[in-house]
Amino acid sequence: MATQNTNSFSVQKMIQEKKKKKSAGGITEKIMPYILFLTAAVSVLTTIGIVLTLIFETFLFFDAVSIKEFFTAKKWYPFSDTNGSYGILPLVMGTLKVTVIAAIVAVPIGLASAIYLSEYASDRSRRIIKPILEVLAGIPTIVYGFFALTFVTPILREIIPSLEIFNALSPGIVIGIMITPMIASLSEDAMTSVPNAMREGALALGSTKFEVAIKVVLPAAISGIIASIVLGISRAIGETMIVAVAGGSTPNLEWNLTSSIQTMTAYIVQVSQGDAGYGTTIYYSIYAVGMTLFVFTLVMNLLAQYITRRFREEY
Amino acid sequence: MNLINHESVVKRMKPRLSKNSISKWIFFALTMFVLLILGVLLYRIFSQGLGYLDLQFLQSLPSRKPENAGVYAALIGTIWLMAVVAPVSLLLGVGTAIYLEEYAKENAITNFIKVNISNLAGVPSIVFGLLGLTVFVRALAFGTSVLAAGLTMSLLVLPVIIVASQEAIRAVPNQLREASFGLGATKWQTIVRIVLPAAIPGILTGGILALSRAIGETAPLVVLGMPLFLAFLPKTFFDMITVLPLQIYNWTGRPQAEFHALAAAGIIVLLVMLIIMNSIAVLIRNKFQKRY
Repeated sequence: MATQNTNSFSVQKMIQEKKKKKSAGGITEKIMPYILFLTAAVSVLTTIGIVLTLIFETFLFFDAVSIKEFFTAKKWYPFSDTNGSYGILPLVMGTLKVTVIAAIVAVPIGLASAIYLSEYASDRSRRIIKPILEVLAGIPTIVYGFFALTFVTPILREIIPSLEIFNALSPGIVIGIMITPMIASLSEDAMTSVPNAMREGALALGSTKFEVAIKVVLPAAISGIIASIVLGISRAIGETMIVAVAGGSTPNLEWNLTSSIQTMTAYIVQVSQGDAGYGTTIYYSIYAVGMTLFVFTLVMNLLAQYITRRFREEY
Repeated sequence: MNLINHESVVKRMKPRLSKNSISKWIFFALTMFVLLILGVLLYRIFSQGLGYLDLQFLQSLPSRKPENAGVYAALIGTIWLMAVVAPVSLLLGVGTAIYLEEYAKENAITNFIKVNISNLAGVPSIVFGLLGLTVFVRALAFGTSVLAAGLTMSLLVLPVIIVASQEAIRAVPNQLREASFGLGATKWQTIVRIVLPAAIPGILTGGILALSRAIGETAPLVVLGMPLFLAFLPKTFFDMITVLPLQIYNWTGRPQAEFHALAAAGIIVLLVMLIIMNSIAVLIRNKFQKRY
């Protein structure tokens, strides 16, 4: 009996001692949520920083160049002292050409890989192929740029002799290769999440595997697939090093794919590398171009999110 | 009575079946085509660059003569860059993940932070370069230093680390937290001693993947004005650096074939670094991942 009493007494004492010690720890306990909130706020501040930076510097740019000229002028020729022309259209055209080529390459191949992996491939081959696709997605873009300039362009020039060294075709194709794994992987995820019962139902009604894939799985996963394509295109629009290395630096409004172009991203790189002084119109122009680029990709990303939310079929 | 006309069924099945098998081969061929391209890319780069890849290449500073040029400055620069990116992005990323998973209430602010992170992941890297140029290089006057480059890169890879850490923390079963609370631990004690140790493999894997993205990025650093050609090594965090991708970009941009071979050799070094980092990530994931 006596021992029990001392035991309970000592536990009580231990608790009290512990509580005394805790008053020091109590501060950490109270402060930590706020510190962690601050770290979370950094990501929000980054977005705010990006938007404010682009807006302020773009305003400074529009002090020198009229908004009307920026959106309607048909020439982008900033490196002239007397008659520089700042019309964004040729740069947008360059980005557009490259992006469309990339999409033409990436969408069919990406979808075919996704269908193969989710509908036809055995578990074993999927376990081998998927990581390899991820490797392809992890290769730095400068490597793809090198590949475009030193391998794809020479091969294309054998086929199309009129192709210039810098052109839209080669970087477009290589960007397509770069975004293929992304489209394949995301689409495959969407298709794998279609319940097997639907496949089995269609097979039981006498469909072939191809019909199951095209008429049942593809429509059921369409929101995820379209979202993956939109995200891929957004990546293609923002891609920089491949076009900077292999695309050239002559912005133009032509539809020609074999001649040298310049994309929005490549222009920013060109100016950053040169010695356009701080505060010049050329310096501010990269922010105006960056703003345009940012708006393009933001719209694409929001579109992808909207499609996933709006058209998702829940099973 | 024959309800099914067997002949017509067979006749109709035939094109459908052949379509099925043909399309299967098409899908297979296109998938293999992607893998083939990876093979060609690697073969091209290795066959072009291996000749230049030796100890001298790793130990030499860049030079105008291809035979003397090396990646030493770029390698050291890449390590300096990682020394900034790793702590900054891990602290911010894991902090954010802990906040979102353990503390944040379901309200508009939390939702906004989450939407913001997923949108940030979609912003082109070159735009981060513009942010870094204005904020770190000009406004905070870090100049074209390791610090400015590292902070810009940290912000760029932040979403990757946040999402990976969130998943790792979410995968820690609630019973562990409840048991810890039941034994009298406070919330912060539970997080530091129970949740984080259990989540560390996932966090490290995400961190390494983010870091490997950071050392492969080129565009933001070009926009910051980092030098493509640098023949000295940094001594403090306020010194200039050049990194592997920039060095490769520099060599790729020259017309001579020798420099292209140098670029290929540089790419091999970069790819080997990435492979090592990714293998470490896979190792950590396989070795320390506990299944509850």
